[in-house]
Amino acid sequence: MPKLPAPPLPKSLQPRPKRPGENGNGAVRPVEAAQEAGITVVDWIDERTSLSGGIRWLLFRKVPKGINWFYTLGSATMFAFLNQAVTGVFLAMFYRPDAAGGAYESVRYITDDAFLGQLVRAMHKWGASVMIILIFLHMARVFFFGAYKYPRELTWIIGVVLLILTLAMGFTGYLLPFDQRSYWATIVGVNINGTGPFIGPYLSDFLRAGPEFGATTLSRFYAIHMMLIPGLIAALIGAHLYLITKLGISAPPWIKAQEDPGLRESQV
Amino acid sequence: MPGTFDGETVTRRRFMTAVTHSAGGVAAMAFTLPALGFAIGPLFSREPFDWQPIGPTSDFTEQTYVTRVLTIVQGIGEAGNSIAYVRKRDPAIDTEPEDQYNHFVALSSRCMHLGCPVRFVSAAQRFICPCHGGVYDFRGMVAGGPPVRPLDRFYTRVTSAGMVELGPRYSVNSELHRFSPRDPGQPLDGVGQYLYPKRFDTSILPQS
Ligand code: HEM
Ligand code: FES
Repeated sequence: MPKLPAPPLPKSLQPRPKRPGENGNGAVRPVEAAQEAGITVVDWIDERTSLSGGIRWLLFRKVPKGINWFYTLGSATMFAFLNQAVTGVFLAMFYRPDAAGGAYESVRYITDDAFLGQLVRAMHKWGASVMIILIFLHMARVFFFGAYKYPRELTWIIGVVLLILTLAMGFTGYLLPFDQRSYWATIVGVNINGTGPFIGPYLSDFLRAGPEFGATTLSRFYAIHMMLIPGLIAALIGAHLYLITKLGISAPPWIKAQEDPGLRESQV
Repeated sequence: MPGTFDGETVTRRRFMTAVTHSAGGVAAMAFTLPALGFAIGPLFSREPFDWQPIGPTSDFTEQTYVTRVLTIVQGIGEAGNSIAYVRKRDPAIDTEPEDQYNHFVALSSRCMHLGCPVRFVSAAQRFICPCHGGVYDFRGMVAGGPPVRPLDRFYTRVTSAGMVELGPRYSVNSELHRFSPRDPGQPLDGVGQYLYPKRFDTSILPQS
């Protein structure tokens, strides 16, 4: 669509290019300094860290022809994780891992009484399912596009670990509301772990902190859920993204490598 | 060796590398090992148990089960409770050898599929699990569904005052041989007892 020409402005209103130190002595005027404050801060940091190179490396890469919406599933999973991290931190401000009734009561308080508590808890609870769904969709995308092949095997392997950790988040988080469903689901889940031959019985004991579901089982699950696994997931997402940037995203399988016509002529 | 003085077998550089690596290793171990030991400590600490009185012998008959709630973990309210189904031993059906610990039969309500609480349904004379359809007969033997072994039992004893007391839990295989308590889902017939070894933290009956 052709652009309409702008109406001519009277000379006095036309913007004129700024000249530094217009007041004569070469000093930067306060107005100019204020206008450039953002750039100055960014420059100050970049001069000392060279971060802009890294950001350009990460965000302004070339991507192959033909990539499509399915390639956003990994980022979608990452945003689901960030949602869990943020809402989780704030839930932790109200939650009490007390098996004698305090845990249930604190979750009841979050849901019924705390301002926006119900919303934040719902975001965390539904977000957990969303993250699981997205991670499987992302994995399916990678699988069906054959994107796990050389040289991206390590990206896939890190992805498998991320998948297991994400499922472990679901398992450990399920106990925290400490209602009947949480309790019995955890009993069943821990016993499923126990059916692994040889190490199963000891794995169950580790998860429960003893032979029976006990006073510290809940705090153990809580610590694993809010500190151990999120830290590992964040670190591994970093490694995952490093490899993706380093190797470049793969082209969809239906895009054929383009022959260089010049090359072909010279070969004839 | 290049870069060495006469007679030197380890270069300074290599020596310093080794020292730095060892120092780093020692420093890392200094916090990982205690933390790890702390986390897995509960696997090795055996809790003492108390005999819990559950009522005079006259409370229990051969014909039906009486429900008793017992506390297996202190201080966490209902989550620390467990249920025992108790009846008097009936020589007509209880074929396992009698000793001082089974004049009364006390079955644990823990389903041996994956641990849900079973309920005794007197009309059916069976224990039924709400989770995945496990069914046990009157003696607690598997009658159907996914459970892998009969219901666990508790040692019982009768005091001189005629009071029935419950001791620690134990597991049984399909011939009612006793084993130290295993978790649900772990069969004890055949190779099962070797695949699922006993643990170091379960209460045991003191040798008397
Ligand atoms: C916390 C979970 C995960 C996050 C945040 C995540 C994030 C990402 C992102 C942002 C990408 C960029 C391309 C795209 O979005 O498709 C990607 C690519 C990739 N992911 Fe994941 N991912 C996760 C889990 C997984 C899992 C479970 C697998 C497989 C087992 C996997 C394997 C891969 C592979 C092989 C690539 C490279 C694809 C290509 O180069 O075309 N990821 N991931
Ligand atoms: S826990 Fe009883 S049948 Fe599954």
